[in-house]
Amino acid sequence: MFDVPPRRLGAFAAAAVASALALTACSAGSLGSSDEGGKTAISLLVDNAEATVKTAEQVVGDFTAKNPDITVKVETRPQGTEGDNIVKTRLSTGDMSDVFIYNSGSLFQALKPEQNLVALDDQSYVGQLDANFKTTVTAGGKVYGAPFGTFMGGAVLYNRKVYERLGLQVPKTWSEFMANNAKIKADGKAAPVIQTYQETWTSQLFILGDFHNVSAADSAFAEKYTKNQAKYATTPAALEGFAHLQEVFDAGYLNKDFASAKYEDGQRMIALGEGAHYPMLTAAVANIAINNPDKVNDVGLFALPGTDAATNGLTVWAPGGAYIPASTSGAKLEAARKLLAFIASPDGCTSQAKASPPTGPFAVKGCELPADVPQSIKDMQPYIDREGGSSLALEFLSPVKGPSLEQICVEVGSGIRKAPDGAALYDRDVEKQAQQLGLPGW
Amino acid sequence: MTTIRARRRSPYPSWFYLPAALVYGVLFLVPTFASFYFSLTRWTIFDSHFIGFENFVNFFREPALVSGLTNTLIYAVVTSGLKVVLGLLLAVLLTSQIIGRGYLRSVVFFPVLVSTIGVGLTFTVLMNPERGLINESLAAIGVQGPGWLTDPDLALLSVALVDVWKGVGLATLIYIAGIVSIPQEYFEAARVDGAGATASFFRIVLPLARPATVTVVILSLIGGLRSFDLIWAMTRGGPGFTSDVIASVIYKQYQAGFYGLSTAGNVILFLVVTAVILPLYWFLTRKEVEL
Repeated sequence: MFDVPPRRLGAFAAAAVASALALTACSAGSLGSSDEGGKTAISLLVDNAEATVKTAEQVVGDFTAKNPDITVKVETRPQGTEGDNIVKTRLSTGDMSDVFIYNSGSLFQALKPEQNLVALDDQSYVGQLDANFKTTVTAGGKVYGAPFGTFMGGAVLYNRKVYERLGLQVPKTWSEFMANNAKIKADGKAAPVIQTYQETWTSQLFILGDFHNVSAADSAFAEKYTKNQAKYATTPAALEGFAHLQEVFDAGYLNKDFASAKYEDGQRMIALGEGAHYPMLTAAVANIAINNPDKVNDVGLFALPGTDAATNGLTVWAPGGAYIPASTSGAKLEAARKLLAFIASPDGCTSQAKASPPTGPFAVKGCELPADVPQSIKDMQPYIDREGGSSLALEFLSPVKGPSLEQICVEVGSGIRKAPDGAALYDRDVEKQAQQLGLPGW
Repeated sequence: MTTIRARRRSPYPSWFYLPAALVYGVLFLVPTFASFYFSLTRWTIFDSHFIGFENFVNFFREPALVSGLTNTLIYAVVTSGLKVVLGLLLAVLLTSQIIGRGYLRSVVFFPVLVSTIGVGLTFTVLMNPERGLINESLAAIGVQGPGWLTDPDLALLSVALVDVWKGVGLATLIYIAGIVSIPQEYFEAARVDGAGATASFFRIVLPLARPATVTVVILSLIGGLRSFDLIWAMTRGGPGFTSDVIASVIYKQYQAGFYGLSTAGNVILFLVVTAVILPLYWFLTRKEVEL
């Protein structure tokens, strides 16, 4: 007996319609909440790093104090490739938060800004942006991002207490660096080089932070690399980075738990002097300032040493950007524009500096660093002031960055794969990325 | 015959099949065939262009793929082998007259119910080479434990062991059902003929639990071949690429935005699973019929 009495069929239909109505009512309600009580509610998506979240909350607090008719909800996403995936997926499905913070440079280019983002050229603050930064958030001749955060250095963080105790000098060349490591190892109290391969992205600094030395040897490397004319495996200066990664492992200079240590462990070790050197982004300093505030000035910084002391310099990362996705519209778009204008204003810089110590200079003209920045950030200034003392990292000069670099670095840095082999493998990884981007010459 | 057929047909007019066919078509058939096409293109959400077999060529040039393929096979064979052996032994133990049998049965089955990611994260902490419970316990008795998940030679096997720990309950359950369904008369007859415990295990339990073995082998082999969640939760294919399996290689290609390449990878995975399981199933079930 599968015959359903007509009466009951009607009931079914009614129930189905009712529940469908309930569903639409529900979503309409949550979408329409933006104008409740004359207030515009927007959302801001940031990565879940402690320093980023703290900064975002501070900025939002100061912004809404000035704009009481706008409320901003801070949402978080994971960092690294997982976060990239979320951002790309949400953008391409039109489901992005009203404003989001994301990397500038090659990762920004991979978002297809022309299709997915709102251009900001008509905004007054664009003229105040640092020229280097502006190039990293420009696509097809249009500017899409306001700088969130500060420039960052990719360099060697070192423990000044350890250097003091052993009477060491800041090295300018790789051989000086290795000589220092030998002394630190002989002393036996601190690991010469800290690596934290449990979080794979932390493994890349020996290659990415070495880029100033690469471009010092060949200033056209970035351009040739983008055009498929220069390779890591066949450019001696570029191959150095991989070789260095292998050398510190072969010499036994790494901390004992390098394979299982995490980013946080690395920050603790460098702050407390359990390790002497940690090749890292200066973003780590902001976290150290939160977790070990009394030790943050024990940490100093020097650029990754290369072969030539005269051309040694710092590789810098441009700040991430705050972007508005094309899916934001109406009152929310207005509110989002106001938020970006605040972020790119001197008030916005002050607000960010209040939340966590800056990791380098700001990218907005008229923004000053506070006087009490940590030692390692002060150590960046001489490099930046010196002509030719710093260059942007490769990922800001070329859209090509292979996604597997971190795993390859872990392999080279833990003795699984040799440096030349690692570099060749990375070149192949890069090739896939360039083909997916549809670059000419690949 | 005709009356049975007629009666069988009557309650279901053929349009009753339509919703199911529609769902199956839209959710399974169309994507399957679409993926065959898209594996021949380089695509994003917005557009695609046809590049022939280049994705497959690229995929097979991927060094991680070759190791991923061998790792997948090692992982599938190790986990399914251990699950068969341990599952059978546990099932024999748990069908015998022991104290607290019901309790022990549920204890063995319990890990199956826990979320894989949860198990993975828990064991990652337990297996930490310096601070993990396992190595600290080993250190207490004077043994220097290895880096379970950080040693390139061990990482994959460590994950496989956790997989066995988690999955052996299901194998045991299937075997218990298989053993319980063997008629008691056989055992009584064997005892009368003077067979001991070992003889009745090899002569009665093992051959008559064959359907259970087939099910366990097929299920755990398929599970092992497409395993991903546990590996991703524990090592993310690392250190480096040393514990990558096909599924994690494919996932990483997706993550990097190489959609065409990863679609090609999925087509390859589909073919590999089919190529392994079809002959195996045919072989195992044929033996069963002959028996």
